[in-house]
Order: sequence, then C-alpha cells, then structure tokens
Amino acid sequence: MTQQEGSPGPRIVDLEAMAAGPLGPPPGIGLAAPAAAGLAARPARTWSRFRHHMPLAALLIQRLALSVLLLLAVSVVIFLGIEALPGDFAQTYLGQSATPQAVANIRQELGLDQPAVSRYFEWLGGVVQGDFGNSWASGSSVANQIGLRLGNTLFLAFWAALISVPLAVSLGMLAVHFRNRWPDRLINVVSLGAISLPEFFVGYILILFFAVQGGWVTFPSTVYAGMSFGQRLEAIVLPCATLVLVVLAHMMRMTRAAILNVMSSPYVETAELKGLDTLRIIARHAAPNAVAPIITVVALNLAYLVVGVVVVEVVFVYPGMGQYMVDAVTVRDLPVVQACGLIFAAVYILLNMSADILAILANPRLRHPR
Amino acid sequence: MRWRAVPLSAWIGMAGMALAVFCAVFAPWIAPFGEREVVGDIWLPMGGDYLLGTDNLGRDLLSRLIYGAQTTIFVALAATVLAFCMGVMLSFTAAVAGGWTDQGLSRVNDLMMSIPTLIFALIVLAVLPQELWILIAVIAVLESTRVFRIGRAVALDITVMEFVEAARLRGERRLWIIFREILPNTLSPLLAEFGLRFAFSVLFLSTLSFLGLGIQPPEADWGGIVKDNKDGIIFGIPAALIPGAAIAGLAICVNLVVDWLLNRTASLKGGRGDG
Repeated sequence: MTQQEGSPGPRIVDLEAMAAGPLGPPPGIGLAAPAAAGLAARPARTWSRFRHHMPLAALLIQRLALSVLLLLAVSVVIFLGIEALPGDFAQTYLGQSATPQAVANIRQELGLDQPAVSRYFEWLGGVVQGDFGNSWASGSSVANQIGLRLGNTLFLAFWAALISVPLAVSLGMLAVHFRNRWPDRLINVVSLGAISLPEFFVGYILILFFAVQGGWVTFPSTVYAGMSFGQRLEAIVLPCATLVLVVLAHMMRMTRAAILNVMSSPYVETAELKGLDTLRIIARHAAPNAVAPIITVVALNLAYLVVGVVVVEVVFVYPGMGQYMVDAVTVRDLPVVQACGLIFAAVYILLNMSADILAILANPRLRHPR
Repeated sequence: MRWRAVPLSAWIGMAGMALAVFCAVFAPWIAPFGEREVVGDIWLPMGGDYLLGTDNLGRDLLSRLIYGAQTTIFVALAATVLAFCMGVMLSFTAAVAGGWTDQGLSRVNDLMMSIPTLIFALIVLAVLPQELWILIAVIAVLESTRVFRIGRAVALDITVMEFVEAARLRGERRLWIIFREILPNTLSPLLAEFGLRFAFSVLFLSTLSFLGLGIQPPEADWGGIVKDNKDGIIFGIPAALIPGAAIAGLAICVNLVVDWLLNRTASLKGGRGDG
C-alpha cells in the first residue's frame, strides 16, 4: 500500500470529520479538534497551515480518512456490486420450476422488491450500529453468530501471529548472516517449497501424523463455551501450526530480501570495510533501515493470515468466521456472506493501514512526500 | 541460450511441468480406468491393480488424478491467459494514456485489491451460478488485478524512454505503441509473472474446489479429490494427501522455473543478483 497520494485539497478536509467519527481521534493528534472547528470557513487554508505545522499528524489523518473512504467503497462493492451480478436468490432457492407468484412472495418476504440503493443505506445504517440483519437460511441474527465466532478466529490468528512473526524475522536475519552458504541455501529451498503448499495439504498432513497416528492431539479442533483457556490452547495447536507453516516461509523470504536490499548499500559496505562484526552490522546498521519494509511484509502476511484462516478452519472444523462464511456461500445466504466479507475486508484494510502508518513512523523520509 | 547454464533446480521444475502437461493432454489414453468408473471397494490400499488405491466411492485414484490434471491445468491456464490479456491490455493503456484514464483504472484496481482474493471470490460465487466459464472468469478477473499492478509498473518505466517518445512524435497510434514498442520490452518480467500467476491459479482453484465452490463433482479435479477423500484421514487413509501432493508438486515446479527466470533476467540487467 505505497501508492502516491494526490495533493491534499479540500476533498481530504471533508474526510477528516468522517475519519474522526467511527474510528475516534488517533492518539497524539489532540490538535486536530480545534483545527476542525475552523474547517467550515476556509477549509483549504486551515488544512495547509495544519499540515505545515504538524506534517506527521496531517499525514496520519490523511491515511485514516483514506482507509475509511476505502472501507465505504468496499461496502458499496460488497452490497451493490453483488446486486448488479446476474442471479436471483429467490429463483435459485425455489429452483427452475418455481411459479412466478412463489418467487414474488419470497422476494417480498426478504425485502428484495425494494430498490437496491435504499436497501443499501438501510443495511449500512444497521452495520454502523452493529446490526447485520438476519440470515436468510436460519432467520437468526447474523451479528449474534459473528459475535460468537469472531473471537474464536481472532484467538487463532493471534497465536499464529505471535509465533510466526518473531520466528520469521529471526530466520530471515539468519539467512542473511549465512548468505550464499548452506544454511541460507537450505532455508531458501525449503521456503520455496513451503510457499507452494496449499493450506489444506499442510493441515491434513499434520492431522494424519499428529492426531491420527501419533494420537497426541484431538482432531476436530472444536472449541465451545465453558472451555478453560488451557483447553482452548490445546485445541488450536494443530490449526495454529498449519497457519504458522503457511505464513512463515513467505514472511521469511521477504524479510531476507528486505535486509539484503539494505545490505548492498554503500554505508553497509563502509561498515564492513571498517572491520565491524557481521552480526553487529546487521543489528545496528542494516536492521533499522530495513524495519519499514519488514513491517510492511509482516502486516501483509498478517492480512494473509486472516484469509488463510478460512481454509484452515474448514480443514479443522473450527467454529470461526471462515467456516461460517463458507457454509453461507454454499447455501447462498447473502446477508451472512456480506457481513463476513465486510468484516474480513475491514480487518485486511486495517492491517494494511497500520503497516502504512508504522512504515511512516519508522522511516522519517516518508513523512515528506514529494 | 546455453543449456549448460540452466541450473539443476530449473531442470527438475521443467521435468515436473512436462509430466503434468503430458498427463493432462493424454489423460484418456494413459489412465488405466475411466474417470467415473467404480472399480472396487472403497479406500483400497495402494498397490496391486490400483497403483494408488481407490477413493471414497471405489474409483481408481490414479485415473482420477490423471483426469484431474486435465481439468486443473486447463482451468488454471485458461484463467491465467485471460487474466494476462485483461491485465496487460488495461495496465499498458493506463501507462500510455496517463491522466484520468490512468487514475480511474488504478483506483478501481486498488479498490479490488483491498478485498482479499479468496473473500472476494467467496462473495461473488455466492451469487453467480456454478458454471465452469464463470469460475474461470472470476479467477481471471481477480488475478488480473495483480497483473495490472506489475504491468503498469513495468510499462511506466518504458513509456518514458526515448524510443517511445520518438514513436509518439512519429504519430503512431496508441495500439501500435502498446504492442510494438512496450510489449516486446516487457516480455521477460511478464513471462516470470505469468508462471507465478499460473501457480497461484492452480492453488486458488484447488482451494475453491476444496471448499466445494469450484469444479463440481463428478468431474475430477485435484482440489475436489482432496475434498472427496478428506474423511478418510480420520481412519488413517492417506488418499486425500496424494492429490494435495500433486498440487504442491506442480506449484513447486513452476516456482523453481520462475526462480531461475527471475535470476536470469536480474543478471541480464545487471541488477542485484543476490536479491
């Protein structure tokens, strides 16, 4: 997410109010509020003055505003884009032989006879208040189900991230340290293989060896209310290991590339010629400049983790969001699909935005875009 | 090109790809049994008449695997080619035209890329009817966003060169500039990208089929065979792992060749060869 922004004209200023709304003012930008008061009068000048005085805060506000705008656009795609596609739920639901009257009845029951745009705003209004409507298949509240399952998914993704990120970064540094010698070659070949493995393949191999033949863990990784923390951890060992394996190789290869990129610059050569210790060069000279690209890589992979969760949950029969969404897709339960899609997209956008912001914080050169 | 200079890993990759393509093309002649033919008991072990054993309905797994190669490779290839036609055409148009065309296309692309691929596919497939060409089109559109991004970046580097300027001043039309000036100079990075996209398409299609949203049974495809046989895992039957290994093998082979291609073009340009 490093696309060039256009010049921040009045358009961005309007967004500022929106950015402050749902997300709340970001910490450290307390001055944004008084600045916002004068916005109505001369937006462009106030903004440019604010930008001059606090370039970092202005940049952060801009990022937040853009993300909110992006999220809105995504919601439009998810709702109205779907409407534009051919295919009618009522027709599919009743089959080819349905009478026109029956189709019309179902459409009325689900509110499909209303114009799409007004239904969109109704839906969006509900979403902002945490109401995702009712499932077509079961008639129950989508928000309730998501409330139960989102926690499970985040629990799984959190532990996978906690293990994979430090492991990947240190392995990447190790590969650079032993560049072009056998540990690097080995890591390179193994990781090239690992990024080609589908998630379900890794998952089933782990199940076959550790659950069925070894018998060390139980296979359907079900978690339910009333399970203790330890029991939950035990249940997610295999799905977590699968996610780690899938993400690790990718993250490590990109970490290696990022550090190598820095290592080939003149100042590192100088440090080498001064006779400094290699580990010291990597840790003190190369790493600080490689932080920004590494953060981007990590965030991208965390975003990937959120998607990888879908397949892993299906493999391990884990009651999370991914399983819920896949089940809904097979029965064409649109409210559930749209709600899950929006939440996954929101997490994805949020992670990308944090990567952007962290990269700006880590690299002062990015604070003054030309 | 010197054949000696091709590293062993690239040879392995090419051999694997050749084997898969051979299976795909000659499937009806080399498969020992029919695609949907029930030949024996369910989940027979490997060996004997059935080299890889039988599946959950008693069909020969090796035959299913060979026919599956046909479906998987055909669909993935069709999607990749389509994605490249769309992605390259649009990205080059954006790079050459610039201005509002570029802005519009790029922002729409950013929007598409801000929804994770699998999630996007799930949302779209929840509405569209389950047909083969729709599946190909969905994968192609999603892949083309990635092609667009790299295509635009590569083309932008070339549109500022003198020979493109000269062509513009000569009064050549936009299509000429795209096909005769830019395309020939971007072929090698695009070729590597094509390989990567193909590997992604195979994985993506298999994932969709595994989730029950891709190729529909009784047609055989690798992801679908995994789905059919996944219940056997609990009884310690590895039938689901064999098509999984085939998917992984094909993806690894493509990656090995792409790795070599990328290294080769990097050293040609005098870029950082160790990256």
